[in-house]
Amino acid sequence: MAKPAVLTHPESLKHPAGPSAYAKDPVNASMTKEAKIALYTKMARIRHFEQRCIRIYQQGKIGGFLHLYVGQEAVAAGTISLLGKDDHIITGYRDHGHGLMVGMGMNECMAELTGKVTGCSQGKGGSMHYFAPDKNYWGGHGIVGGQAPLGTGLAYAVKYKGLKGSCLAYMGDGAVNQGAVHEAYNLASLWDLPMIFVVENNGYSMGTSQERSTAHPGCLAKRAEGYNMAWDVINGHDVYEVRAKTALALKRAHEESKPTVLEIFTYRYFGHSMADPDKTYRDKEEIKTYRDKKDPVLLFEQELLREKVLTPELSQTINDAAMAEADKAAIFADESPDPTLADITKHIYWEEDNRGPKTTSRGTIIFE
Amino acid sequence: MAVISYREALRAAMRDELNRDENVVIMGEEVAQFNGAYKVTEGLLKEFGPKRIVDTPISEAGFIGLGIGASMLGIRPVMELMFWSFSYVAFDQIVNNAGNIRYMSGGLINCPIVIRGPANGGTNVGATHSHTPEAILASHPGIKVVCPATPYDAKGLLKAAIRDNDPVYVMENTILYNDKGEVPDEDYIVPIGVADVKRVGTDLTIVAHGRAVITSLKAAEILEKDHGVSVEVVDLRSIRPLDEETILKSVRKTHRALLVEENKPFCGVDAQVAYLIQSKAFDELDAPVHRVSSIDAPQIYCKRMEDLQMPNVERVVAEALKVLA
Repeated sequence: MAKPAVLTHPESLKHPAGPSAYAKDPVNASMTKEAKIALYTKMARIRHFEQRCIRIYQQGKIGGFLHLYVGQEAVAAGTISLLGKDDHIITGYRDHGHGLMVGMGMNECMAELTGKVTGCSQGKGGSMHYFAPDKNYWGGHGIVGGQAPLGTGLAYAVKYKGLKGSCLAYMGDGAVNQGAVHEAYNLASLWDLPMIFVVENNGYSMGTSQERSTAHPGCLAKRAEGYNMAWDVINGHDVYEVRAKTALALKRAHEESKPTVLEIFTYRYFGHSMADPDKTYRDKEEIKTYRDKKDPVLLFEQELLREKVLTPELSQTINDAAMAEADKAAIFADESPDPTLADITKHIYWEEDNRGPKTTSRGTIIFE
Repeated sequence: MAVISYREALRAAMRDELNRDENVVIMGEEVAQFNGAYKVTEGLLKEFGPKRIVDTPISEAGFIGLGIGASMLGIRPVMELMFWSFSYVAFDQIVNNAGNIRYMSGGLINCPIVIRGPANGGTNVGATHSHTPEAILASHPGIKVVCPATPYDAKGLLKAAIRDNDPVYVMENTILYNDKGEVPDEDYIVPIGVADVKRVGTDLTIVAHGRAVITSLKAAEILEKDHGVSVEVVDLRSIRPLDEETILKSVRKTHRALLVEENKPFCGVDAQVAYLIQSKAFDELDAPVHRVSSIDAPQIYCKRMEDLQMPNVERVVAEALKVLA
């Protein structure tokens, strides 16, 4: 059997420690000092929110699955920081970072994790199912790759309505082997939809490495060629690079109504979910290397310190504030009430929740 | 009132709604240029153009999922499945995404999608193309399922489905496509969740849906003519929401019930209806509830045997006489 070709990583991944080669890219150079600080703040908030979640999970207050975004912050932060009013996003179950980036509050996010009625989905969705349609955030989906066709539909709706917008559908590297993703690729390209598929490649589909899961000699994004789509690879540890390359895909979506596949190399520090003891498929040394040398929050902090946008004191203030905010959210989640028994049967049918003179059906909708 | 076919009634419903609401889009395999695999959408492309009538690749998970996503942003897609049997490759989209999104978002997101197409056996096409998934889908809260038996109900239910803010799955029947009936030209809907007494009687209630209604009506005539029995036929029309009251009212009148469906019996729609009757009208019953459904096996290809596998007039008459014995 022939040896697989070397993975097509972006050049910049090999030199992660130095200044970003993309700092001078127009999309970054044009950022104000305040915008840069705000972006860093958002990344720090994701980091501290997620780390606070670990403690609450360990206290047994978060049920089910908890998929943490720690290590991947630059992906959501870089891409979402570019979006305008008609750009929409949708993702899989590792969805906290995206939620915080679009402007969801830590309180509603934390309360959702603990299953409280004050949560963003009133305790009905949980960690994997955050939604904020008012902020163009359409979830939060639990089945690997299932969100790809939905995102394509959002892009279709944007185009149908004649808007200059787009949809970014995020997924992990494991999702690229799901049929629904390939069907979505085909439709997005066939119908020239303003679509960006973002493959957040953290190297592992749960506990299975890319080499063991994916029959493709090169990078995952290259599969786009099979669907006549543009693609690119991005060093996801450098938020400037994420922004610079995503901006090109957005331009393609907005101006040409054409889709793109972006593969963003990133790394998660914790297990697939908190239920994953993370001992069988990678070694601690690998995780340490990423933490020490490629941490996206740390690298951006260093970048901004070099640019003299940040000072160590300001950085400390930002991180302290994010930690305090997460602590407060934890208390809010703790003190919030559960949904009631009657809440179980709400939000199933629009008609039931909006009964009025125009309600036409009289049948049993909820069975005893 | 015009006499038109079931197929034309469905088309009229779509035409009405395409004219009424610019967000209505017809989408599916062969719906546009080919004029529909079963000609239900014939002529719509010419009338409404390619933005509104959209051919999709053979890619059910992809295009159904796309329709669901578009519906979240306010489009009202009417998706044609060439056969409901093909829904099984899009099950995650149809159940997990369309059926759960409103709930999981705490009511923040609506999914006003319609998926329609034939769901029936009896056409000599073998097991893979003969599924009747109304019971499977109706078992998921969040989803509505309707099964029209007549042209009037086909038009009225489809129009109601398109205007509904939740996912509505419309299960048609290829054998009924050419059936004709009176259908008003003017705007009307058949409310989802309201059953219809298709024949009034006093001795026995037959509850049916879809083509089983037509079979039951024929059986009722024979029962009256040859056996002097007065049969009431309740057409469910909607599987979910289920119109419990109409079923119970009829059973309270006749005190005997026979349930007829073209589904396989195990966990079929009528298993639920039987439970309903025993739980809410047990004291009214003068005889056990009986069922006629398809013989519990994958759909057989051989036409002669398939006709026996499915509920037919003879089987319904024979079972009715048992209930009446």
